[in-house]
Amino acid sequence: MIRFLGSRLLRAAITIVMVVTFAFVVLRLSGDPAQIIMGADAPPEAVEAFRAAWGLDQPVWVQYFNYFGAILQGDLGRSMRDGRDAIVLVAERIPATLALTLPALAIKIGLGIPAGITAALHRNSFIDRAVMMLAVAGFTIPSFVLGLLLVLVFAVQLGWLPSGGQDSWRHAILPIITLGVGGAAVLARFTRSAMLEVLGQPYIRTASAKGVPWRSVVWGHALPNAAIPTVTIVGFMVGSLIAGAVVVESVFSWPGVGRLLVVAVGNRDLAVVQCILLLVAMTMVTSNLIVDLLYGVLDPRLRNQPRRAAGTA
Amino acid sequence: MTALVALRDLHVAFDGQAALRGIDLDVAPGEAVGLVGESGCGKSVTWLAALGLLPAKAKVTGSVTLDSQQLLGARPETLDRVRGGRIAMIFQDPASSLNPVIRIGRQVEEALRLHRGMRGAAARAEAKRLFDQVGIPDAARRLDAWPHELSGGQNQRVMIAIALAGRPELLVADEPTTALDVTIQAQILTLLQDLRRETGMALVLISHDLGVVAEACDRVCVMYAGRIVEQASVDALFAKPTHPYTRGLLGALPPLDGPRRRLAAIPGGVPEPWAMPPGCAFAPRCGDRMGACDAAMPGAVMVAPGHRAACLLATPKPVAREAVHA
Repeated sequence: MIRFLGSRLLRAAITIVMVVTFAFVVLRLSGDPAQIIMGADAPPEAVEAFRAAWGLDQPVWVQYFNYFGAILQGDLGRSMRDGRDAIVLVAERIPATLALTLPALAIKIGLGIPAGITAALHRNSFIDRAVMMLAVAGFTIPSFVLGLLLVLVFAVQLGWLPSGGQDSWRHAILPIITLGVGGAAVLARFTRSAMLEVLGQPYIRTASAKGVPWRSVVWGHALPNAAIPTVTIVGFMVGSLIAGAVVVESVFSWPGVGRLLVVAVGNRDLAVVQCILLLVAMTMVTSNLIVDLLYGVLDPRLRNQPRRAAGTA
Repeated sequence: MTALVALRDLHVAFDGQAALRGIDLDVAPGEAVGLVGESGCGKSVTWLAALGLLPAKAKVTGSVTLDSQQLLGARPETLDRVRGGRIAMIFQDPASSLNPVIRIGRQVEEALRLHRGMRGAAARAEAKRLFDQVGIPDAARRLDAWPHELSGGQNQRVMIAIALAGRPELLVADEPTTALDVTIQAQILTLLQDLRRETGMALVLISHDLGVVAEACDRVCVMYAGRIVEQASVDALFAKPTHPYTRGLLGALPPLDGPRRRLAAIPGGVPEPWAMPPGCAFAPRCGDRMGACDAAMPGAVMVAPGHRAACLLATPKPVAREAVHA
């Protein structure tokens, strides 16, 4: 167990280092932040001074090691725009993003999993076909299209809900639905196929053959097995709680982390972008780690061979 | 003796294609009946259908009675009491027949709770006793094992323990030894025979192996293409096989003594369900085929007391000609 945890933590650390490095390289390749922040017609001396102030005049590898050393000391840098600590800037936005993504996650799980189970239990029936049709529609429609569609109907036509902003809980409804629908659809399809796979297994027939009532066969024998693959998908959803709302926040002018990311990328505000990416990588890696540990809890076959679990996460 | 379980004119079709075409079979209390035939002949389907274990798309007609209680179309609560309680069933692949995420002891205790109302320490003690009875070593510790930690033979013993938990009057064993090593096969067969002696339960042994059936059963039913073509006591079947298919099966067995001879294979293959001949399904492969064979399905004829064959060449015992199939 200790060895397993140790190797997973090492992998997690390596992943985070790779993400940070990749972000660093891409941001340096994609334009000069001094030029962009100071404007195209800023005097060359001013641009030069800006570079010197932010250390952009040093060789890239020096910048890289400085940056890394700072991260290890817990310093994520300051925004080039307003000079505040990047981490503070990002942290301010997290509650707003979670206000959308947490209820959306509840919708995904609360709607998607029961829908998938119901469809599987009524395979090829009207219910199954209806659920699957909705699910296909739900995950094929891009979130910005769905978002605009919802705005068109509920804000513009019916006038029931506001189209954007963050003034009251009513403002959160449309973005939450937009975020939740796609994930619920994915989860419904996934749960359905996991359930069908399990219901076809010989041990389900054994349970029926020993007189277990169908309801208990489903809850006691099928679901614990179907949960194993479903947990993977839910894990990804938990991992994207911070960064999963970039598009939707933009559509609904919601001041969360996602919109901060879009603005910061546009401005080449290096420290802010890197800080967000680091945060995203850390949430993803953490949820993957939890999923790996959950596999061990859910599936006794993986308890003694954690290597097999590692490949699927 | 009245039958414990009686199947009458049992038909099963999947998507309009017949898998069983009229099965009549009685199992008496305490009796051991073997069901043999090639894969796909319907021997497993017969008992899955009888216990209502086939998927919903299977169309089942006919009659299955347990002590004159009709099981076909019975309410789920009724079936749940019968399954595992009065009729238990074990399957071919023990490793995948046990739930991988439930400890084996709990899988036995579940059956004890359902059929004997036992819980907690009492259920656990009884589960341990059952493990001892089916020959699982170190039973007390094994209760907490997972199925993947056990060998195939041990898992089949667990399956048998689950089956015994409800004290069934009939155990249906569907190819219980096919997935196991030969030495383990013999142990499991011996175990089944011992348990039958101890408990007095009836046994239906489904197998493609005539040798296995001959060893463990009193009576044999030979199935071909969804029908029983011959049934007789084990001795009578080996001494006087009547149906050409039975003779073919016996001819394909290597003799234990006497000179070595070439094994006689039955030419051709089983007809596909969508291309079933109008008459006898075995006619296309039969060396004794006559014109009349293709006219209609031959009914079962009693050739001796307790010995019936569904072949036009079978000579009925004078007086009692029994046409079971209309």
